[in-house]
Amino acid sequence: MNKKERLVAAIENGTVIDHIPSNKTYQVANLLGLQNLDTIVTIGYNYPSKKLNKKGIIKIENKFFTDEEISRLSVVAPNVVLSIIRDYEVIEKKRVETPDILKGLVKCNNPKCITNNEPMQTVFHTINKDKGVIRCQYCDKEQDINKVELV
Amino acid sequence: MDKQNFVTIAGLSKEKINYLIEMAQEFEKYPNRDILNGKIVATLFFEPSTRTRLSFETAANRLGARVIGFTDAKVTSATKGETLKDTILMVSNYADVIVMRHHIEGAAQYASEVAPVPIINAGDGAHQHPSQCLLDLYSIYKTQGTLENLNIYLVGDLKYGRTVHSLIMAMRHFNPTFHFVAPTELAMPDEYKMYCEEHGIKYVEHTDFNEDVISDADILYMTRVQKERFSDLMEYERVKNVYILKASMLGKARKNMKILHPLPRVNEIAYDVDSDPHAYYIQQARNGLYAREAIICDVLGITIDDVRKDKTIIK
Repeated sequence: MNKKERLVAAIENGTVIDHIPSNKTYQVANLLGLQNLDTIVTIGYNYPSKKLNKKGIIKIENKFFTDEEISRLSVVAPNVVLSIIRDYEVIEKKRVETPDILKGLVKCNNPKCITNNEPMQTVFHTINKDKGVIRCQYCDKEQDINKVELV
Repeated sequence: MDKQNFVTIAGLSKEKINYLIEMAQEFEKYPNRDILNGKIVATLFFEPSTRTRLSFETAANRLGARVIGFTDAKVTSATKGETLKDTILMVSNYADVIVMRHHIEGAAQYASEVAPVPIINAGDGAHQHPSQCLLDLYSIYKTQGTLENLNIYLVGDLKYGRTVHSLIMAMRHFNPTFHFVAPTELAMPDEYKMYCEEHGIKYVEHTDFNEDVISDADILYMTRVQKERFSDLMEYERVKNVYILKASMLGKARKNMKILHPLPRVNEIAYDVDSDPHAYYIQQARNGLYAREAIICDVLGITIDDVRKDKTIIK
């Protein structure tokens, strides 16, 4: 185990989310609904990071996320890495992939869009995964995934 | 069968566009029928648009349907805070098809997802106005005998004009060459130029508008340059008279060239053009009737065969 991992106590079983941009740590926690879990959750941020300068780490004991749940993170933290831990060992590393369709995740930037004027779910289609371009199903406005607000 | 809607022009295939144009031709031959006898068409105009509403209501009436609806959201429960969804579901209880106009973008798409009856988009804000686009296509087809390989000149406000944007998308199937004639401040937005590039549509941009520029045009599609679109009023004053079509500019025009305009016109086409054989904008509006007859029948599941074998024609 490298030094960075030891900054937070190791867990026996569960998920470690690393390389979270520090200021997005709580958004990641929110998107995964961690506040509703009754298992042990450790949230840390402002750890030094070579890549990000400062990063957040979240450790969740006895919890494994579905691919759908993980894909929600693509909006705020597309480069995070999730390590699946069993018996103190990393058995799998997962990366976030932008889903083809984002439902109820982000707001449309167009104030005249129906989604901002009616109690309804937003739907976006991913147009370009590399550039992070998404398009609103309703008003068709293309937007930058890094510049949209979460619902 | 899945419920049919008519919400956007961008999603229509070449076959579907040709099919609807053929159907409009049938209705032009015999516009008065009883094929929609017993049907109720609701026209919900959350935003006033007299011209579009009259056209849809005429189409419904000429085919024997009855029409219910409102002409202004002020008289509806929307002002009491009712959601669009509730209004649409309520009217779905009464009508067989809903024609709706709304100032909010994407309203028709959303309505089509919640409504059990077909939705026809009669304009949703700055977003789409697909029935206008179909009547434009029908007018082009009628005057040129084809939609293929045409030189189409779009003139005026190309930045905000949704009809010109829809026309580009609909024409992508037909190998057009577009000429964008506009002041710099109202030039065709980059996203539509990118759309052209992605779909292999040829285009040329001009800021000049004169006899020579338009001499190769098959279609001259005029739009209104509106003062309120300019952030710089000096610029408006400078260009306001540049994009006005006058009869004197038609000397070098091709014989087949026709002038279209979505109307209402203010001053962008001088009145001396009206009597010129190239003028087509008034007939164009009439084509809207046939196009809308086709749209209403299509979403109600009436096929072109049904229309051709129709025994309810009123001669």
